[in-house]
Amino acid sequence: MHDQVNPAPRLDNQDPVLFGQTPSQTVGPFFHYGLPWKGCADLIGDSEIGARPELFPAEHYVLASPTAKGEVAGEPIVIEGAVLDADGKAVSDAMIEIWQADAAGRYVDGSSHSGFIGWGRASTGEDGVYRFVTIRPGRVDDQQAPHIAIGVFGRGVIKRLATRLYFEDDAANAADPILALVPAERRQTLIARKVGQAWRFDIVLQGDRETVFFDI
Amino acid sequence: MNPNFKREDAGQPPSLHAPYASTVPRSPRQPLVRIPHTLTETTGPSNAWPRLMGGAMADLTTQHKAMPQGQRIIVSGRVLDEDGRPVPNTVMEIWQANAAGRYIHKKDQWDAPLDPNFTGAGRVITDDEGRYQFVSIRPGAYPWGNHHNAWRPAHIHLSLLGPAFATRLVTQMYFPDDPLIEIDPIANAVPLPYRQRLVSRFDIETTKPNWALGYLFDVVLRGRDQTPFEDDHHA
Ligand SMILES: [Fe+2]
Repeated sequence: MHDQVNPAPRLDNQDPVLFGQTPSQTVGPFFHYGLPWKGCADLIGDSEIGARPELFPAEHYVLASPTAKGEVAGEPIVIEGAVLDADGKAVSDAMIEIWQADAAGRYVDGSSHSGFIGWGRASTGEDGVYRFVTIRPGRVDDQQAPHIAIGVFGRGVIKRLATRLYFEDDAANAADPILALVPAERRQTLIARKVGQAWRFDIVLQGDRETVFFDI
Repeated sequence: MNPNFKREDAGQPPSLHAPYASTVPRSPRQPLVRIPHTLTETTGPSNAWPRLMGGAMADLTTQHKAMPQGQRIIVSGRVLDEDGRPVPNTVMEIWQANAAGRYIHKKDQWDAPLDPNFTGAGRVITDDEGRYQFVSIRPGAYPWGNHHNAWRPAHIHLSLLGPAFATRLVTQMYFPDDPLIEIDPIANAVPLPYRQRLVSRFDIETTKPNWALGYLFDVVLRGRDQTPFEDDHHA
């Protein structure tokens, strides 16, 4: 009879000598059937924006649509923008995530069973454009201007790029402590502008108009 | 006040790693702006994942009419913070190629067979001790266009939210017996020895007789940090 013993392990994260943060890796180009669920970019309704079901067969659309969201207080808004690379080319395989407070400036962690959950995800289309439907957030902790935290993922993006969206018409921007840490000449990369019915927020990964990304 | 989270450790890869060619036009050149952790960074939808995404899907081999082709595997482990504390009730999303190394994705044009019985997408939730487990098939290696004769090592993509915006992590799990890891520009964006944190461990205890091979993979998220921002800024 054989003993049931493991082969000698190589050094890995189970080993106390090496133990530490698991390194980030890219989402790659093929995440569309595995990350965006039905409705992931609509934080207040049941539209199915944010996913790209045309990129895989219907019988493999296994990511469920969660239950209806119910009434949400606040001003509904649309946020949209293009993700662009160093050459100004549309990034058609990026994924954007958002995290935001509700209209009263509160973050809902889900421990209550009602209320707005300010977390969403959207794939970019072939034109590099992502789109969210949400509500306009309130001021956070009485100091920060209304803002939305943004994470950028994609093929060629080894680790998440973190940025923030602020609203062009908000007087509180002038005293926002995070905006104040950004060199004045680059601050406009964090400001969404109202274009038609939507708040436009392009994300430029590199170049003259490079978006400010944060070390958080 | 919510405690802050620790910053990146030395094992995190840089955004620009030129051997992985598509990082060159897609990584920022300006320095990152270091900001303190506010309520925005220290909160997250930690308990809201089922309301956000829907229920768990822990068996990737039973989503269609028949069993998928390939070597059945059990992947098990814990989600911990870097101080070794379990991260309970957090979601791990999973996606991968099939046994032949082909993704169920229209832009994957490699000439390897699709498997109608395998999608390769799943989702698990950690228990009170941070434990998770899912069943799948071992993905195949696949070629890609990064350089001549480039092949990705077999890997499973994993996505974790953790307790806060600051702890978000997307990674890839590799297999311990795979010679392609050493020559893969994506895995090698992570300097040694830290690259080894991405490699799972074969485990005979997790292995089920006459049924499936078992692999252990612990995922480690950022830990809590009580250091005030100013100190950490001048350190
Ligand atoms: Fe992959």
